[in-house]
Amino acid sequence: MDDPMKSQEVCAIIGASHAGVNCAFALRKEGWKGKIIMYDGDPELPYHRPPLSKAYLSAGDIMGLTPLKSEAAYLKEDIVLRLGTRINAIHPKRKEIILENGDSQAYHKLVIATGARPIIPRIPGIETATHLYPLRTAAHVNCIQEAIKSGAGKEVVIIGGGYIGLETAASLKKLGANVKVLEREERILARVTAPVMSDFFHQLHTENDVEVLTGKNVVSIESNGNQNTVTCEDGSHYIADLIIVGVGIKVNVEMAEKAGIKIKNGILVDNSARTNDKDIYAIGDCTYHFNTYYDRFVRLESVQNAVDQAKIAAAAICGKEAGYNAIPWFWSDQFDVKLQMVGLSEGYDEVIIRKENTDNCFSLWYFIGDDLLSVDAVNNAKAYVWGTKFLKSRVPIDKEKLKDSTVDLKAIPKV
Amino acid sequence: MAKITFITNDGEKTTLEGTSGSVMSLAVENGISGIDGDCGGVCSCATCHVHVAEEDMERVGEASEIEAVMLELADDVTEFSRLSCQIEISEGIDGIVLTVAE
Ligand SMILES: Cc1cc2nc3c(=O)[nH]c(=O)nc-3n(C[C@H](O)[C@H](O)[C@H](O)COP(=O)(O)OP(=O)(O)OC[C@H]3O[C@@H](n4cnc5c(N)ncnc54)[C@H](O)[C@@H]3O)c2cc1C
Ligand code: FES
Repeated sequence: MDDPMKSQEVCAIIGASHAGVNCAFALRKEGWKGKIIMYDGDPELPYHRPPLSKAYLSAGDIMGLTPLKSEAAYLKEDIVLRLGTRINAIHPKRKEIILENGDSQAYHKLVIATGARPIIPRIPGIETATHLYPLRTAAHVNCIQEAIKSGAGKEVVIIGGGYIGLETAASLKKLGANVKVLEREERILARVTAPVMSDFFHQLHTENDVEVLTGKNVVSIESNGNQNTVTCEDGSHYIADLIIVGVGIKVNVEMAEKAGIKIKNGILVDNSARTNDKDIYAIGDCTYHFNTYYDRFVRLESVQNAVDQAKIAAAAICGKEAGYNAIPWFWSDQFDVKLQMVGLSEGYDEVIIRKENTDNCFSLWYFIGDDLLSVDAVNNAKAYVWGTKFLKSRVPIDKEKLKDSTVDLKAIPKV
Repeated sequence: MAKITFITNDGEKTTLEGTSGSVMSLAVENGISGIDGDCGGVCSCATCHVHVAEEDMERVGEASEIEAVMLELADDVTEFSRLSCQIEISEGIDGIVLTVAE
């Protein structure tokens, strides 16, 4: 049997973002004495992704990336970072990974934290469009900022009204652009929230002079070199000198799949983030994992999941069995609105709206029967915090009290 | 410029100098253990919880309303608790001592 504490053992990590980086540091905390080598194709010192579409984008050049950890911290914990280095293959039988230059690296334990990449839909003309970018990496934001510097970014079209599209819309609006959001569904955020929330954000963007257009399926993009004409299925056209594509992600699982690792809507892992190979773990956006709280498999795109799974994998690698049972949480900032979400609403049969007395301060409580599933809180940290507590303790909620904003949130559980 | 001292869980004392930005960023940049800053400093995760030394509390100031609510998700909260991403570095807090919560 492998001794995880032996100093000559190697734990290799593919992907140095929220999941990989947190796993590396957690390994040290759990007592891993061997080598830790972490690879990423991205040349930047690993950074926080959420600000990319929020503060970092709207700050123009003024703000730097927010590093996940400092260079000094990697040195201090003896974590080797190989940035700008992609891994091309995994050989589970030989227990080695192959770098893009053909070199190989042996491992005792391997962590796959390859995350996801943006989907570029197959729209005719999309390859030849002028200044068209997705938004997932620092390089993408730099391209967007360069385009703006070169005079583009006056007429912006954002394809996709999900969180990233809407946050990007708000950030580019702050920089003075005319912004249109084209959403294929009948409402924005259709995949992730109840219609009331979609309406709220639709109105928020409209009030801030962002044009939100729904039922807009983009069918072609034509570029004349400086400008694009974006055409929708209903025949409408929009001019854009900058196009941002935010239509979702595709998990980076091809390399794992080739290595014989089981895939099911993501890399299939057990409750300790282990794949079907006992020495290979997978964490973060790329995984399809079991959530004990909701008693089903899920794939999540969030910092919380990346960080929590990273810690679980690190513990398991060091021989401590820790099961993943976190309640997911997420946030989004648009204009001056702060949305905080806890839990998973999927499968709900009732949504209760609780409006507080202050403007733009409310929360949505999703139920299935009497069971609380999740809470979306708008400018309402209190609802977020109490929602988290009620979910954790699974206390039954008195729905009538919940609806009544004169009843303190503390007092809404059934007595 | 402000000197800020962090006391981590293992009792280690580290004094850092900062000029701007948040105390959380300064701590993360310098690898102060126990300050994770998972949300990047937007008061959403409560993983940057510190206890301010009693005598420094007045200079650092109290938690804002949102911050105070978010602190309810942290463990070991006292009247000296703050989320360090919400403390801006300025000369006014030169010399403060913060104990990293766990
Ligand atoms: C603009 C934006 C805003 C967001 N906002 C929020 C938010 O507000 N709240 C929230 O909770 N989440 C947010 N997210 C989601 C969050 O950033 C992700 O859930 C998180 O980054 C997942 O971390 P990860 O490490 O699993 O994957 P990723 O961050 O995708 O990282 C995977 C890494 O693996 C590397 N990689 C992949 N394949 C290879 C290979 N073969 N060899 C070497 N390296 C490889 C990639 O270069 C990448 O750096 C946002 C994401 C984006 C893009
Ligand atoms: S860094 Fe997340 S609350 Fe301070």
